[in-house]
Amino acid sequence: MAKYKSHILVCGGTGCRASLGEEIVQNLITALEENNLEQEIQVVRTGCFGFCEKGPVVKMVPDNTFYVQVTPEDANELVLEHVVKGRKVERLLYLDPETKERVSDSKHMGFYKKQIRIALRNCGFINPENIDEYIARDGYSALGKVLVEMTPEDAIKCIKDSGLRGRGGGGFPTGLKWEFTRKAQSSQKYVVCNADEGDPGAFMDRSILEGDPHTVLEAMAICGYCIGADAGLIYIRAEYPLAIQRLKIAIDQARQYGVLGQDIFGTGFNFDVEIRYGAGAFVCGEETALIHSMEGLRGEPTVKPPFPAERGYKDKPTNVNNVETFANIPPIILKGGEWFAAIGTPKSTGTKVFALAGKVNNVGLIEVPMGITLREVIFDIGGGIKGGKKFKAVQTGGPSGGCLTDKHLDIPIDYENLLACGSMMGSGGMIVMDEDDCMVSVAKFYLDFTVEESCGKCAPCRIGNKRLHEMLDKITLGKADEDELTKLRNLANVIKDTSLCGLGQTSPNPVLSTMDNFSDEYLAHVRDGKCPAGQCKALMHYVIDSHLCVGCTLCGRVCPVDAISGEKKTPHAIDSTICIKCGACLEKCKFGAISVQ
Amino acid sequence: MASVKLSESKIEELRAICRQFNNEKGELINVLHGAQQLFGYLPAEVQEVVAEELNVSLAHVYGVVTFYSFFSMLPKGKHPISICMGTACYVRGAEKVLDEFKRLLKVKVGETTPDGKFSLSCLRCVGACGLAPVVTIGERVYGRVSAEDVKKILGEY
Ligand SMILES: Cc1cc2nc3c(=O)[nH]c(=O)nc-3n(C[C@H](O)[C@H](O)[C@H](O)COP(=O)(O)O)c2cc1C
Repeated sequence: MAKYKSHILVCGGTGCRASLGEEIVQNLITALEENNLEQEIQVVRTGCFGFCEKGPVVKMVPDNTFYVQVTPEDANELVLEHVVKGRKVERLLYLDPETKERVSDSKHMGFYKKQIRIALRNCGFINPENIDEYIARDGYSALGKVLVEMTPEDAIKCIKDSGLRGRGGGGFPTGLKWEFTRKAQSSQKYVVCNADEGDPGAFMDRSILEGDPHTVLEAMAICGYCIGADAGLIYIRAEYPLAIQRLKIAIDQARQYGVLGQDIFGTGFNFDVEIRYGAGAFVCGEETALIHSMEGLRGEPTVKPPFPAERGYKDKPTNVNNVETFANIPPIILKGGEWFAAIGTPKSTGTKVFALAGKVNNVGLIEVPMGITLREVIFDIGGGIKGGKKFKAVQTGGPSGGCLTDKHLDIPIDYENLLACGSMMGSGGMIVMDEDDCMVSVAKFYLDFTVEESCGKCAPCRIGNKRLHEMLDKITLGKADEDELTKLRNLANVIKDTSLCGLGQTSPNPVLSTMDNFSDEYLAHVRDGKCPAGQCKALMHYVIDSHLCVGCTLCGRVCPVDAISGEKKTPHAIDSTICIKCGACLEKCKFGAISVQ
Repeated sequence: MASVKLSESKIEELRAICRQFNNEKGELINVLHGAQQLFGYLPAEVQEVVAEELNVSLAHVYGVVTFYSFFSMLPKGKHPISICMGTACYVRGAEKVLDEFKRLLKVKVGETTPDGKFSLSCLRCVGACGLAPVVTIGERVYGRVSAEDVKKILGEY
């Protein structure tokens, strides 16, 4: 980064690019050229800054001014004011919702204050398409240290000391897994990076690959050295084109620099990495299914044992780790296991990246120490609930997890605590819900997902989840009685106990956790025929109060399906057999004559 | 399934893709990705050629094609519309947006309009949760879409 006096960093993650990030980059370059500054100031597309809610984000370096919600039209002003005249563009600075003051340095924003960035350390700081910038931030020095100064046993001990556990969902101790794979006897072994990220609403792995692809390559090489493998495979979902492109660039550059390939650092160690593509199947995130998919087969899971560490890809010992797990490895090697173990809680060390989304003010990607509470995450970092509504639930662990409520807000987040509350860490999706969300519908939403994604191999998952979904459907349609709830719970437990893989074993969790935490809501549906959140359409009726209606005909005109009839200046009526419950009439009525019952 | 006649030159391109992966049966998924890029979808004729080239049964190829949602045996519309049905989009109202698309286009999810202009599908999380609900049409991404916006968006095409 030596040549330029300063840099303008523009978020190049998928989210910000979708809101015209690329045009901002082009306009900034043009504006710099017009002012003859292109030799002094460089525009860099970085990975995700995390603060997606306020994207696109533009950061000025070295003074660290953090501009939010920038549009392509703002580029000229940023260059003329900030760069040329040295004055901050106040209107584009973050407005602290509490103090109502403009904040220019991200360090002082509620969103960033409680974060500790290890896995995301380079995201938003470097140009992911330039290996030199990764190297400038200690990149590949962990690989050098391991190859030159450490035996595989030393390195594995360091990872074990760190207490690092798998970030892909299971939470298995990483050092132990490496040790198992090391001990497996075979002339050929494989390192696999699981970048399938199937949990809808989680995007941390994608952000790491887009923002810092080299960290994954470096960690895979370290893993290869430790377990005795010379080949690495990254299994990535085809839905992530940008991450794939950046990975390809990174692999090419790493080969050019000799940090991948033959005789790395002159130590005789060989290691290279290839990419394999997923094709849209959630179950392929499960490691045995993933391995079958890489072999060109249907991605169906198989019974463990044998574990991949004994018999994996092409029947050879294979070490599968998640993207975020790998991203933690280089800092642990450089700073030591004890350093990492001092962060977080004794049993869940280090940090975890969460994708905070849903009805929360600050949607984004955050990295926090383990042991932080949900309250801190949702209210301090997330800035509370959107539109001043009431917090109702937070869903963690994706389709395998559960919905937690008010009473769980102060529990320290770690693997064991989340399990004990009926949810799980999962890959780190965290979806916040407010008073308008119907918990039965949310459970049904997840079952929709499971039914679609069940691979069909074992009956409990294939048939059982379909039945669960039908029961939930009946409840949301108001066609179920109280007995249905008992049946629902029984079936959920059977599926949990009898399914072949983690998908089926955890798919009833969204149902069970909502039944436990929101039993009133289930009862309201089956006993009173009411949906307290007002979401279940079948349980709602739009009616016109004939005393309040003046016959202005407006409702009839906005109704998309002509369900409203009545003469001018006489009260109108809604035909409930035609009404699609879109709510357009209610919004338009100026006399408050239309209501939902 | 409607039968499609593939031109000789396209078939040759398809065989070239298979060769690029050394006609290895373990590379089936990569080959299918390439084939779908070439044809836009994977009709039976394409699967037959792939099966022959990789020396596996047609049933095996069909089994893989139908397992993965990314692969399609039906042609997509000129402008493929995808509604993100990830959880973040769902809680911010993606279902209402989907309903509106279905109503206006008069097609179900997975179908194409009779004039071949639009096809409608759902996908799970593009990872732009800050922009929820998200809709993509071709390469273009629309963020914070509400049911009222749908008509206007369709009007752009
Ligand atoms: C249904 C199912 C889906 C999974 N999806 C993923 C995934 O998308 N990404 C991931 O890293 N691990 C996923 N896992 C966990 C993997 O099986 C495996 O435990 C993990 O990749 C191991 O890496 P780690 O120890 O670093 O977490 C999934 C597991 C199950 C049962």
